[in-house]
Amino acid sequence: MRALSWAYLAIAYAFIFLPVVVLVAFSFQDGRLPVPPFQGFTLQWYGRVLGERDLMEALVNSALVAGISSLTALILGFLAAHALARVRLPGSVLMRGVLIAPMTVSYLIIALGLLTVFNQAGVRLSLWTAGVGHVVINLPLCFAITYAAMGDHQKSAERAARDLGAPEWKVLLLVSAPMLAAPLAAAFFLSVTFSWDEFIIAFLLTRFDVTLPVEIWSMLRSGISPATNAVGSLVFLVSVTLVVLLEVFVFRRVK
Amino acid sequence: MGWGLAAPALLWTAAFFVLPFAAMVALSFARMEGREVVQGFDPGNYVRIFTDWTMLKALLNSLEITVVVTVVSVVLAYPLAAIIAFRVPAQWQRLALLLAVLPFWTSYVVRSYAWLLVLGQNGVVNKALLGLGLIAEPLEIAATRTATVIGFVHFFVMLLTLTIYANLIQLSPNYARAAADLGAGRWQTFRHVILPLTLPGVVTGAFLTFVLCIGDYITPQILGGNAELTLPQLIMLQMGRSGNFPLASALSVVLMAVVTLAYFASSRWLRLDRV
Repeated sequence: MRALSWAYLAIAYAFIFLPVVVLVAFSFQDGRLPVPPFQGFTLQWYGRVLGERDLMEALVNSALVAGISSLTALILGFLAAHALARVRLPGSVLMRGVLIAPMTVSYLIIALGLLTVFNQAGVRLSLWTAGVGHVVINLPLCFAITYAAMGDHQKSAERAARDLGAPEWKVLLLVSAPMLAAPLAAAFFLSVTFSWDEFIIAFLLTRFDVTLPVEIWSMLRSGISPATNAVGSLVFLVSVTLVVLLEVFVFRRVK
Repeated sequence: MGWGLAAPALLWTAAFFVLPFAAMVALSFARMEGREVVQGFDPGNYVRIFTDWTMLKALLNSLEITVVVTVVSVVLAYPLAAIIAFRVPAQWQRLALLLAVLPFWTSYVVRSYAWLLVLGQNGVVNKALLGLGLIAEPLEIAATRTATVIGFVHFFVMLLTLTIYANLIQLSPNYARAAADLGAGRWQTFRHVILPLTLPGVVTGAFLTFVLCIGDYITPQILGGNAELTLPQLIMLQMGRSGNFPLASALSVVLMAVVTLAYFASSRWLRLDRV
């Protein structure tokens, strides 16, 4: 039984890591195709990719869209969670439902709906319209995480601050937000990773300036190449670094 | 003051989610004349979806792929989560879990592309099998439904391992102990105690898998080849090539309806607030 467990674990890890190992290994391929046999080690594809302007612009665009849309989603979600957790209002169950609803809808449908409205309203597509879409998908997440983190302890501290005469914005900024630092950070970084990696909304709602996944998508259309492996490996490296930092600095402290 | 702080989020959701959704539903009842959209109340798009075989086939393909992917992913992820929760020593569990979901953090588009490299005609899998003499001809996996399913299963095994592990680890060991004291064997303990207790978590994960899988365009587009279409591919095709937004909208509403049905089918066990 024990041996069987470890065997299963090994096979599962092999399956999970197979595509990543192949992706990274063949980004160093000294040849034109990222498939066996391995023809030698080179860093030329990384050099080429880092020198490509479209790709670097897309990378900056992605970072901007992810940062700004996640911050917006975090602020909106935090304020809503604060309001709905504090007071029992008629209709607060309904409001929670409305705020969570986008979570259960496919990104494709959210994108198509927004595209319809933007077209009808004559809004030109840009990174901003994609950002609006990303706030829609991340707001439920930010709301749910901060809402779940608000406890009674929190509420008494806020009440104390109010009793001592703090205006509402000070309560939010100096009491609630610091007490929720860990869940707020978690919600923010999760949103950033989702937005950073999101394809279909960015694809349908941008036009001339695009984000990284969309740029990678257009690279794929010209066939397989070690250059695409190199981009994928770089993205992986950045994300993993973020995850490890998050693990070490945020989640460790929560425990 | 009460609702005030919730107002920005509610307004945002109303303006950029509820309104677009309503607009899309309205558009699904419009029709195309040439390249012009004529507003109105015409159920023609829906009639077409359920009578035109290409449309119906896309819906069936999506359903089949999604059901297979959901079932296979749950069956593969449950033991993995259980091994990490019960076999791996406590101080290594976090690392084991982090490793189990590490490829989650590659770009979604790139992950499908990587599977294309793995499964392709000259890919690692074929080269390995040929080298071992297990097959004489390269297997044609890439550009088939099998490739789509493998790509999906890879992604969702990671997702489900996370959610199922979170459920298993919350269980008090006293349940298993009590069952053992009452004479239950390992299998009986699992079947009658552990499994029912983790069912809500499993169903929630399965529902998420269903929703994400049936709405995904990238994986079938990169891995599935041209032999068959899924619903999201058909939607993109209608929008892109034909510019038929009303039909694309109607297809989206159908997709939405399928997800809603899945929601009600699983709502008894669903705990969306505890993902």
